[in-house]
Amino acid sequence: MGINMMPSGEELLRFLPEMILAVVATLLMLWESRYDEHGERPGMPTFALIGLGLTAVASIIAGSNPGLAFHNMLVVDSFATYFRLLVLGIGALAVLTASPFLRQRKAEGGEFYSLLLLSMIGQSLMAASNELMMVFIGIEISSIASYVLAGYLRDDKRANESALKYFLLGSFATGFLLYGISWTYGLTGSTNLNEIAAILGNPDIAPDVVLTAAAAALILAGLSFKVSAFPFQSWAPDVYQGAPTPVGAFLSAAPKAAAFATLLRIFFTAFDPMADRWLPLLSTVALLTMVVGNLAALWQTDMKRMLGYSSIANAGYVLVAVAAHSSLGVSAVLFYLAVYSVMNFGAFAVLSLRDQTELADFNGLAKRQPMTAALMSIFMASLIGLPMTAGFFGKFYIFKSAIDAELYWLAGLGLLTSAVAAFYYVRVIVAMYMKPVADGSPELAIPAPSLQAVLFISAALTIGFGVFPGWLLDWATRSSGLLR
Amino acid sequence: MYLLAALLLPFIGFLACMTIFRKSSQTAFIVALGSAGVAFLGSLAMIPEVAQNPTRISQALSLNWIPYPPIHFSIGADGLSLWLIVATTLLSLIAILTASKRDGQFLGWLLLLETGIVGVFSSQDLFLFFVFFELTLVPTLFLMGQYGKNSGRATSNAATVKFFIYTFAGSVLMLGAITYLFLKAGTFDYQNILLQMQAGSFRLTPAEQMPLFLAFFLAFAVKTPLFPFHSWQADAYATAPSPLGIVMAGLMGKLGAYGMLRFCLPLFPNAARECAGWINGLAILAILYGALIAIVQPNIKRLLAFSSLSHLGFIVLGIFSFHINGLDGAAYQMVCHAITTGALFLLAGVLEERRGSGDIADFGGLASRTPWLATTFLIAALASSGLPALNNFVGEFLILQGVAFAGFGYAAAAAVGVILSAVYLLWMYQRTFLGPNPAEDTADLTGTETIAIAPLILLIFWMGVNSGSFLPLQSAVNKKILQQSKMNVEFRVQTPAAAVEAVRGN
Repeated sequence: MGINMMPSGEELLRFLPEMILAVVATLLMLWESRYDEHGERPGMPTFALIGLGLTAVASIIAGSNPGLAFHNMLVVDSFATYFRLLVLGIGALAVLTASPFLRQRKAEGGEFYSLLLLSMIGQSLMAASNELMMVFIGIEISSIASYVLAGYLRDDKRANESALKYFLLGSFATGFLLYGISWTYGLTGSTNLNEIAAILGNPDIAPDVVLTAAAAALILAGLSFKVSAFPFQSWAPDVYQGAPTPVGAFLSAAPKAAAFATLLRIFFTAFDPMADRWLPLLSTVALLTMVVGNLAALWQTDMKRMLGYSSIANAGYVLVAVAAHSSLGVSAVLFYLAVYSVMNFGAFAVLSLRDQTELADFNGLAKRQPMTAALMSIFMASLIGLPMTAGFFGKFYIFKSAIDAELYWLAGLGLLTSAVAAFYYVRVIVAMYMKPVADGSPELAIPAPSLQAVLFISAALTIGFGVFPGWLLDWATRSSGLLR
Repeated sequence: MYLLAALLLPFIGFLACMTIFRKSSQTAFIVALGSAGVAFLGSLAMIPEVAQNPTRISQALSLNWIPYPPIHFSIGADGLSLWLIVATTLLSLIAILTASKRDGQFLGWLLLLETGIVGVFSSQDLFLFFVFFELTLVPTLFLMGQYGKNSGRATSNAATVKFFIYTFAGSVLMLGAITYLFLKAGTFDYQNILLQMQAGSFRLTPAEQMPLFLAFFLAFAVKTPLFPFHSWQADAYATAPSPLGIVMAGLMGKLGAYGMLRFCLPLFPNAARECAGWINGLAILAILYGALIAIVQPNIKRLLAFSSLSHLGFIVLGIFSFHINGLDGAAYQMVCHAITTGALFLLAGVLEERRGSGDIADFGGLASRTPWLATTFLIAALASSGLPALNNFVGEFLILQGVAFAGFGYAAAAAVGVILSAVYLLWMYQRTFLGPNPAEDTADLTGTETIAIAPLILLIFWMGVNSGSFLPLQSAVNKKILQQSKMNVEFRVQTPAAAVEAVRGN
């Protein structure tokens, strides 16, 4: 049987978003050679944004004609399109936040934008992969660029520490993942998700259950690291705290969203036939992740660290919806990831205003910058889950899917941990509005226009999805349909 | 449309005060006063329609909000919620009137609080109810935190966080319970759920009812507050700025009591009856404990906080007496207590403003200097302690009557609370207003303050002697609630024959 190795035009179209990202990233790298080390890079952020815009258009076009590509290696469906666009949105916010941040530190460089776009290629691939090997390649592309981004400020000791930690623990976890993949291949003779599902679902040819479970557990361990789920969560606060703030914001949103996409794809297709074996494990992991994240966040005095633990807790909420194992749960995951990215990014963007991110540094912010404080309060209210904010509906849909799946104890305990979480978020509002400005604390820089844009866009989306969540939920529901 | 006006105008006022008028506090005050005033008129305009048929949902409005799960912006008022809505718009108006010197943001938050409370009392959709219930936290958080002042050991920051965490944590499980109800009944629409229960197409087994009831009850018990969930209350009331104190003490507690009466009884009749014993026990504890602690409080607002704890115990007791008189008394007392406590907090705020301190020891002999302040305070205090011909007497009497049917011991214990309330209120009055003439001069009620307090004093008398114009509307709804709370009963309720006779006699 002769196989035509040349991809068809349709297949190339489905891969167009990644290709555009690669071209723009390469051009940015070439453009960088025209500048000396410390100057500003006027035009580069705009160019990166235009690239992201084109990629978004390409993703929509690719999504309008769903199908497989490259010998079933990729699957471009509405699910993949949703995540592609989500990652692009996060990337755009990251570019807007990073350019004033880096200019202020005289560290703007083309390679920053280039690395950002490259890591998004990986995340985009992860969302669209139909193959365990593609999953691995996507994760590696995303991760390697992320490791460099975390340590982008070379002269900052903490950034170096952050990058090293992220790299060492990240490669360790990828090892688990790769080992799991090879076990799965050994057991089933395939790396294609649908083929694996077909083999596992057929009792005549299904391999030994214990061995398959071990393979699934290894893959789950690798992905747990990427989504910062218990017991592989400990890196998250260190990395987010040490990395440059815009990078922290990006890392806590985009790679996580892509990792959840991968988790859903692998476990809801390939390992779906043995769902009753991994679901209890996943429920337990979800619960422990929520508990550990929320309780640890209570004691933090550094806001970036606090948001790091908060991102662990939020990963726990998302896992609750995954554990619901229903299309309702999947749409809740999709909805919450988008909502979380927006509100979390807004909060990080406020923190990027200054180097010191101790809670006390933000005392009395409302007196000096009422607008910034008001926007930060919106993000905190959304993270708490107060009504009229997107976070409220995000949590509501998650716990609704859990109650629907009769996971009452998980929903109940999850709701209680989210009440605990209110304490550390509300502390930020208390500090900004109710504490006097510390003596001698430096004046805060007025946010640059692009940063203001990030803050206003995030706040508008947070409130917008909080009042009218219907549109986003509708999209999330349509995107979750094909998966199961 | 009147109800929508009462709900929406304060919200528009809030938006205006927070954005365009945030710099000019004078204009903001006029805007706030105007929107709250028209909202009050709007709530008054609903009375004729509700009075025609108190059990029907008047002024009903239902708009699609979220397609799936189907959540409706569905509001309406019946005889039970009508007076609470009127009391809310009135007390908010008065609170704004006393806040003439505050800035635009303060007024804005007060208006948002009004929106939230009116929303709770008028929601006909369980999800919407929860949204409004939680929404009240946001303005309270900012009002307490930004404008509160430290009182003794209680710092306003700590009190704010405590209040927020307590009430937020209390209500999260209710969201789970509401979701469960939706998944079983297929709708968030409260009247629809009740109809389904009536038709028998939707029923909750006693085993299902218990956890759901407890989730609802916890949220309401924290908000009310009921002993032992009260520890946020005294600090919050003592540190809250005076205009917020009026709304908070007068109305926030009623959110919980209203929720128990409106939702817990009809939705979970079996569980509610099964738990009535220990809930009544807690209510008695709240009545006695609150009264005893109130006696020894050195600070007026703290004293009033514990007095509220005690009086809200009465309301809970009345609700869980499962007797029409108890329910009527509770519903009536909710409105009366809002008026009386609102008046007391208003006057306590005036006193605090005059001396810069709310400690009783700093006062004494004020009656000769401030006759009007002293007289109005005495009237409100006497009303609060249940003097006949004043409003609280009606409510407390009905509650005690209803409770006596449920168990005479409860009524006897609760009656002790009435006596104690006279003790702490009058003793406080004596230490504040009587005694040797103070050396320094203290100003009497100003014009604005007189205008603010006058309607409340008027209502104290009017509701005391003419309960007939208020009670029948509530009573009609209470009868329906009592009926619903019997529907699903799978076990016989132990009722003495005499009680059955009394019910028929009604």
